[in-house]
Amino acid sequence: MTARRLPGRQQLAVAIPLGWLLLCVAVPMLLVLGLAFGEVADRIPPIEPLLSLAGGRITAHLTLHNLLGVASDPLYTSAFGNALLNALEATALCALIGYPIAYSIALAPERQRRIYVLLAVLPFWTSFLMRTYAWMGLIRDSGPLNHLLLALGIVDRPVPVLYSPAAVLLVMVYSYVPFFILPMYAVLERLPRDLLEAASDLGARPFYAFRTVTLPMSMPGLLAGSVLVFVPAVGEYIIPDLVGNTDTIMIGGVLWAEFFQNRDWPAAASIAFLTMAVLVVPLLLLRRFLPAFRRGAAS
Amino acid sequence: MSARAQPLWRRLALWLGLGFLYVPIAWIVIFSFSGSTVAGVWKGFSLRWYEALLDNEGLRLAAGRSLLLAALAASLATLLGTIAGYALARLPAFRGRAMLTGLLAVPLFVPEILIGFAFLMLFVSLESLTGVPISKGLLPLVAGHATIGMPVVASVVFARLAGLDHSFEEAALDLGARPLRVFLTVTLPLALPALASGWLLAFTLSFDDVITSSFLAGPANTTLPMLVYSTVRVGVSPQINVIGTLIITGVALIVAATMFRGQAAVLTAERGRGGKAP
Repeated sequence: MTARRLPGRQQLAVAIPLGWLLLCVAVPMLLVLGLAFGEVADRIPPIEPLLSLAGGRITAHLTLHNLLGVASDPLYTSAFGNALLNALEATALCALIGYPIAYSIALAPERQRRIYVLLAVLPFWTSFLMRTYAWMGLIRDSGPLNHLLLALGIVDRPVPVLYSPAAVLLVMVYSYVPFFILPMYAVLERLPRDLLEAASDLGARPFYAFRTVTLPMSMPGLLAGSVLVFVPAVGEYIIPDLVGNTDTIMIGGVLWAEFFQNRDWPAAASIAFLTMAVLVVPLLLLRRFLPAFRRGAAS
Repeated sequence: MSARAQPLWRRLALWLGLGFLYVPIAWIVIFSFSGSTVAGVWKGFSLRWYEALLDNEGLRLAAGRSLLLAALAASLATLLGTIAGYALARLPAFRGRAMLTGLLAVPLFVPEILIGFAFLMLFVSLESLTGVPISKGLLPLVAGHATIGMPVVASVVFARLAGLDHSFEEAALDLGARPLRVFLTVTLPLALPALASGWLLAFTLSFDDVITSSFLAGPANTTLPMLVYSTVRVGVSPQINVIGTLIITGVALIVAATMFRGQAAVLTAERGRGGKAP
């Protein structure tokens, strides 16, 4: 692709959105990265300026103190560990639950597919906060889940599900599974049907055909869906806060606490810095597998 | 393939999976009509919590604020996102294209807590540079929410324009119309359904936002989701079921209308969010 200069007005069509994104996305992110090297001050805003001009000389006030502090404090390292482990578990479960759903939608008669996709997407745009709240009602000690377990005789007294690591995982999987279903469906829908029929005509058993034809061809969707679940799951704050307990404090929770309770902005920025460092690799992977905005790839 | 009946396991996966997605929503809606003072306990059909909502001035104010914010943010997001979608779908290869698509992806995929925090750092820096108190309030809220909605609009508009033939625009150009006039009189009307979808999606993202709002709102601008969130932290409440039912109904209508217009494919690349989110 040879880039060239565009005529004036068309240049404006690039400059306006690009300028906005540079100001409101790139600059803020760089500010956070810079702040990770800053120092706390007892004033408003509670930080020392990174650069100061005194007597005609520019002095930089930078320190590794925050980053090292965050990287070595067991409170933060366990929050990172919790978040990564929980995000991995959520991703695996989303794939396990989402794949059969996406597969079933993709192989449904063409006229029904649209309705199923709509049904799968609708909850995902419908107030995330409200759906998390609903789970609080469903899984608390006196809620329907415990009623069901008692009635079936599986337990003889209510099990405390709400405010536990299991609750966090359950609600995470619930909230993120559509992120997996959609890219997975997009790939499975385009699977060449005649290839599967050829496999079965040649005598391949359904499972063999699935393992040797369908599964390998599902990989792009599997990867895109997994990254789309994993990346936001790592930084999830609201779900662990509402349905978790002190064992489920994650990256989002410690960042929130450093910022809003301790007013230690450089520590919060350091947490953000390290989170971005962890997420860079999956995000770059995503760029390869999710052809958004690529010409000719649009649906 | 379609001639054969769906095997049982596939139908089961489909209906169990979709059922799982709708159970919590059904719980909220059903128990919003219960007369009980305890959420999630059935005590006869009643509209008392709907009536109680009318008397709750704090909630009404917050709801009004959230609606205004969502409308402003969605409009700004639509303006910016439409230009971006147009540039990506219609302009010849240009410098900065990779940067534009890369930056559009950030609000879509990066955890929102990082974005919200970064927004506040921007407005705090602008405030200390200019001396104007702009770090908290409606202005940063609109800018922040618009930035989160912009990539959604851009991808909807991009998908629409990329799926459209260039020939109308080329005909207009051949007949001597200037590019800006072609954009305004040919491209824009063709993209209008996408603009409407994009606006609505950006609206719902803003109207549901807790995290970015918490960083940017300041004490005087508590939004409806922030208020709901602080109530929910303490536990379930029948009043919240009512608010939830109203929000869910509104959003479901908006999204269903949007998707029936044929923008379904577009949603595959998105969100939001997470937090957005999800």
